[in-house]
Amino acid sequence: MKQFMMIFRNEGMDGHDMSPEEMQGIMQQWNNWLGGIAAQDKLIGSEALGKTGKLLKDREVISDGPYAEVKEYISGYAITKADSFEEAVEVSKGCPIFDGGGTLEVRDVMVFDQ
Amino acid sequence: MSNTELIPNLFRTEYSKLVAVICYKFGFDFVEQAEDIVSDTFLKASETWGMKGIPDNPKGWIYTVAKNNATDYFRRKNIYDSKILPDLREENSQYEIDTSQENIRDSQLKMIFAVCDPINPIESQIVLALRVLCGFGINEISSSLLITKANTNKRLYRAKQNLKNLDVVDFELTNDIINSRLDSVLKVLYLLFNEGYYSSNENYDIRKDLCFESMRLLYVLINYTKTNSHITNSLMALFCFHASRFDARVSKGGEFILYNDQDKSKWDEELVAKGMHFLTNAGSDDNSIYSYEARIAYWHSQKEVSEKQKWGSILQLYNKLLRQEYSPIAALNRTYALSKVEGKSIALVEAKKLDLDDNFYYNCLLLELSELEIERKKYFKKAMKLTKNNASKKILSRKYGRFLN
Repeated sequence: MKQFMMIFRNEGMDGHDMSPEEMQGIMQQWNNWLGGIAAQDKLIGSEALGKTGKLLKDREVISDGPYAEVKEYISGYAITKADSFEEAVEVSKGCPIFDGGGTLEVRDVMVFDQ
Repeated sequence: MSNTELIPNLFRTEYSKLVAVICYKFGFDFVEQAEDIVSDTFLKASETWGMKGIPDNPKGWIYTVAKNNATDYFRRKNIYDSKILPDLREENSQYEIDTSQENIRDSQLKMIFAVCDPINPIESQIVLALRVLCGFGINEISSSLLITKANTNKRLYRAKQNLKNLDVVDFELTNDIINSRLDSVLKVLYLLFNEGYYSSNENYDIRKDLCFESMRLLYVLINYTKTNSHITNSLMALFCFHASRFDARVSKGGEFILYNDQDKSKWDEELVAKGMHFLTNAGSDDNSIYSYEARIAYWHSQKEVSEKQKWGSILQLYNKLLRQEYSPIAALNRTYALSKVEGKSIALVEAKKLDLDDNFYYNCLLLELSELEIERKKYFKKAMKLTKNNASKKILSRKYGRFLN
C-alpha cells in the first residue's frame, strides 16, 4: 500500500457567500464522498484549508493571503492509500470539487530509505 | 423478594464490593483469599437462613460475617503483623474493614482500573472483570464467552499473577492515571457489553447478564466525578439505547429477531429516555467513536420517525465515524444506510468496492442489495459457507426466502 495526496483547488477567492443550507448541502456531499473512501479503508485523513493565509518567500518577506497568483487556490487536501497510481485516481472520481468547477490533483507521497 | 431470589441478588450486588474493600485493605496479593472469604460467607448464609430464616437485615448480616471472617483469616495467618501493618494506611481500628459507601466506591473504582490494566491482553481483562468485578464463576465465564474452562482458568491465573507483581491496588487514582487509562477501561466495558449484545451465545439470561453487568460497572464511573467524562456519558448513552431493545431483539428461546420484525411495544422507553439524558450530558463536543455509535443507536431506538431523516442522519454519522476509524462492520452499515438514502443500485456499486469477500455480513449485504436473482443466489450460498452459527444460518435463510416469494 502506498500513500497518495489529493490537492483540491477552487476557483477564485471572492467566495460567493453561501446560505447555511447551501453550506450544509456541500458539507454533506464532501462527507459522503470521503465516507465512501473511508468505507474502503483507503482514507488516511482529510482537511479543508481556511481562506486566510500567509506566504513566505524569503526569510523576511511575508505577504498576505494564500498563494493565488493563478485564479485557483488550494482549498484542502486528502491523503489516501492505494496499491497503485491508477487505483488512487480511480478513488478520486466523484469528488464534489468538480461541481464548483474546481480541480483535483493526485500526487504520490514519496518514501525515502532511512 | 422470595427466599430463592434473595441470595443470588445480594451476591450480584455485594460480592464485588466486598472483594474490592478487602483487597483495598490487604492488597491485591490476597484477591483469591478475598474471593474465598466472600463466597464462603454467602454459602454460610444459604445454609443458616435456610434453617433459621432470613435475618431482619440480610445485607448487614452478610457484611458483618464477611468482615469477621476476613479479620479472623488474616489474624490467624499472622500475616498481619509481619507484612501488612507496616503498609497500612489507617492507624486506628486495625482489623476493621471500612464498608462505608465512600470506601466501597473508592475500592470498586480502584478495582476496576486494576482489572483493566493494559499489562494483560484484553481478552484476559474481560475474564478478570467477570470474575472479580461481577462475581461470575468459572463455568459462567466459560459459557458466557464461549471458551473452554481450561482457557478461562489459564487467563485468570496469568492475569492475576501480572497484577500481583505490579502491586497495583496501592496506587491512588491520580488525574494522570485516570486520564491515561480511562480509555482502556471503557474499552473493556464496551467489549463486555458487546459480548452480551452481539454474541452468538444462545443463552438469553447470560447475555442479558453481561449487558447488565457492564452497565452497572460503567455506572460506577459515571458516579465518580473524575471519571464522569464526555466519553463515559456517550458510552452510557450507547448502552442504554442498545439495551432498550434487548427484549425485542432476542426471544426467550435465544433466537435473534431482525430489527424490522421487532415488536416495538417491547422497546423500553425508560431506557431510551435515560440514553437521551446521557447523550445530552456528553455534549456535542464529543468526537469519540462511542459518541457516533450512540447517536446512531439513538435513531434506531426511535419508534415514530421520518425514514428520510433517520437514514440521512445515520449515513452522515457513519461517514464521520469511518473517517475517524475504519472498521468492516461500520463500512457495511454505512453502505446499508446509503442504500436507504440513495437506493439499492448506487449502494451496490459502492458495496462492490469494499473488498470484504470473505466476510459473512458482507455477503449478506450484497444479497440484500442485488437486483438479479442469479446474483442473490451466489451471495446466499457464499454467506452460508462463511458461518457455522445456526442462528445466523436461520436468519439468512429467512431473508433469502423473502426474496424468493
